[in-house]
Parts: sequence; structure tokens; C-alpha cells
Amino acid sequence: MLKVFIYPVNSLILADLVERFGHKPLVVMNQVREKVTNISLDSPPVNITPEDPKIGLRFAAVEVPAGVRGRMSLIGPLIEEAEAAIIVENPPVNFGCVGCNRTNELMKYLVRSKEIPILEVKYPESNFEAREFVYNISVFLENLSKASGEKKLDPQSGNAEEFKGEAAEEKKGKVKLEKKNDSLREEIP
Amino acid sequence: MPGKSHSGQKLAGEKKFMKAEKEITKIIVISSEKVLPVDAAMKIYESEFPVTVKETCFGLIVTGPETDVLQVTEEIRQLDKNHIFVKDRGFPAGDERRCRAVRGGGPRPGFHFLREEVKMLPAIGEALDELERKGPPEELKKQKSRLKVSELERIIETELAR
Repeated sequence: MLKVFIYPVNSLILADLVERFGHKPLVVMNQVREKVTNISLDSPPVNITPEDPKIGLRFAAVEVPAGVRGRMSLIGPLIEEAEAAIIVENPPVNFGCVGCNRTNELMKYLVRSKEIPILEVKYPESNFEAREFVYNISVFLENLSKASGEKKLDPQSGNAEEFKGEAAEEKKGKVKLEKKNDSLREEIP
Repeated sequence: MPGKSHSGQKLAGEKKFMKAEKEITKIIVISSEKVLPVDAAMKIYESEFPVTVKETCFGLIVTGPETDVLQVTEEIRQLDKNHIFVKDRGFPAGDERRCRAVRGGGPRPGFHFLREEVKMLPAIGEALDELERKGPPEELKKQKSRLKVSELERIIETELAR
């Protein structure tokens, strides 16, 4: 069972499909649960601990709007934990908690820069597209299941072939991600 | 034996005191022709799991200890497995910070995206049925090839004829 990051981070369809095919979806609702059910924290908007801005700063610079950093303090740890990812392009609505386009772009950038298998699909709008969507996701997740015993996966296709890339070891991958985060902080105005 | 049951109760109480299990909440969205939210709710009441159930327009919200909720959702999913969808929820059922009864009406935050996704659920359910029945869709089996000139001409003609 691998931890699969999904975008949109609160998607019902993706969370269900990932769970259905035997993996663990990394969803923002679990992060929110920690914030709103912990009795030591008050109700929103005062449920932020001094640790949260620090977590946000690991992914976005101090000049970046507080909303981006706040969102990244919840979503960033999920990206760090992710062992695979499914990104859906053009989801139907993007507002509310997932409505910040800058956060979404940063999130996708961080996922793509991490050396993990990623599936990018378009949000279905017809029956045929839905069939294609479900089939692609099922194949991707089944390949992940087959390969979960292997040392490394091919980040392009999620196939079970042994991946010989720069991030052959997980530690190296993490160091690389941290470096990219540093460079990203400089890039974002 | 009364003594045995008493010690059993005591042990259970101690266990509860020692470590309270984490409470989780799941949203069960029902897009089935066979199962209604009320059927699923009745199934949970019959099962006597110590969970809180809230029936909504799209399905159910179930809150309770993690193991119980996971077991309940799995049982409900088996009623019509390709047409019942489950996702996590951060806030417990009926939480005052989200419940419409306290906030003065209007859709609760997070409902809009769910509503958009619910529109696609029948197609996703059908796709799952088909995948289970037949395997990959027929159209996907065809290999990609360049567009033929005759095919392009036909498309242009149909477009111009509009």
C-alpha cells in the first residue's frame, strides 16, 4: 500500500478510487481533522499553533501571501509523505479551501519536482471520458501495487521496472526537494 | 457468571480510559439506483456500531471510533460497491462550526465541490462496472495513428454542412 497524493486535495472521486484500488489517499481533510478535533486548539480562525507558520515557511517564502503559506502548512507535509501522485487537470470548481491558484501551482510544482510516479489526467466531462479516466487511474494504481515490492518505480509511467534516476535513494530525493524549495522561495516574489 | 462479566466490563473500561480511540468522520455518497441513503442508514442502525450517523441529501456522514467507522463504511460500500463512494471529512457530523442549523442556512463550506463531483458519479460508477465486466474500454485498445486524409475531408465536410 502506497501513499498517493491527489490533486484536487479534497476530491471525492480520486480519494475513493485510490482507496478502492488498495492504496492510501493523502487528503487535506485528515490534516483539517487534526486541527479541528484537537481539544487543545480553539475553533477557526484561532486554531493555528506557532508551529504552523514554520511549516508553511518550508514551502513558501515569507513574502508570499499568508494564505499560500497557511495552505502549504497543511498540504506541504502531505507532499513530503507522498510516494505517488495523481493530478487532475481542469477540475470543475476551484474556490474555497482549494481556491488559491498560486497554492495549487506551487503544490503541483513541488509534486512534479519530486521523483515519484505521477499520473496526470483530465477531469472527465462525458461518459467516454469517465471510462478513460477510471481506466487510466486503475492501471496506474495496479502498476503501483505490483511495483510496491520493488526498490523504485519509473516516475513517468509508474511501471514496475527498476528506475535508475538521480533519486535512486529516498534520502537523496528529500535533499533535492529541500534544495528546490529553497530555490522556489527565491523565485516567488 | 456475574463475576466474570463484571471483570470484563472493568477491563473494557480500563482500556477505554487508557487509550481513547481516534474518532474519524467519513462522507458516504450514494449514487445508486438500488440503495437509498435511508437504506444505508437503516443498515448502520441494525449493525449496532457505536457511530453517529447523519443522513443528508447526497448520502450519509458517519462519525465514530476509527475501526468502527471503517468497518461500517466497508459494509455500506458492499451494498452497491461501484456506485457508493466514500471520502474523509475533517469536521465531525453536526459540528457547530459547519452545521447549517447554527450558521443560519446556506450551503456548508465544502459542499460546492462535492456537488460538482456528484454530477459525475453516475458516469464513474458505470465506468467501474464496465471495467469490472469487460476490462479496458474498446476505444482505448485501438492504437494511436495519424489522421487519414479521407477522414479529415469528412470532418471538414460535416463542419461546413452545419
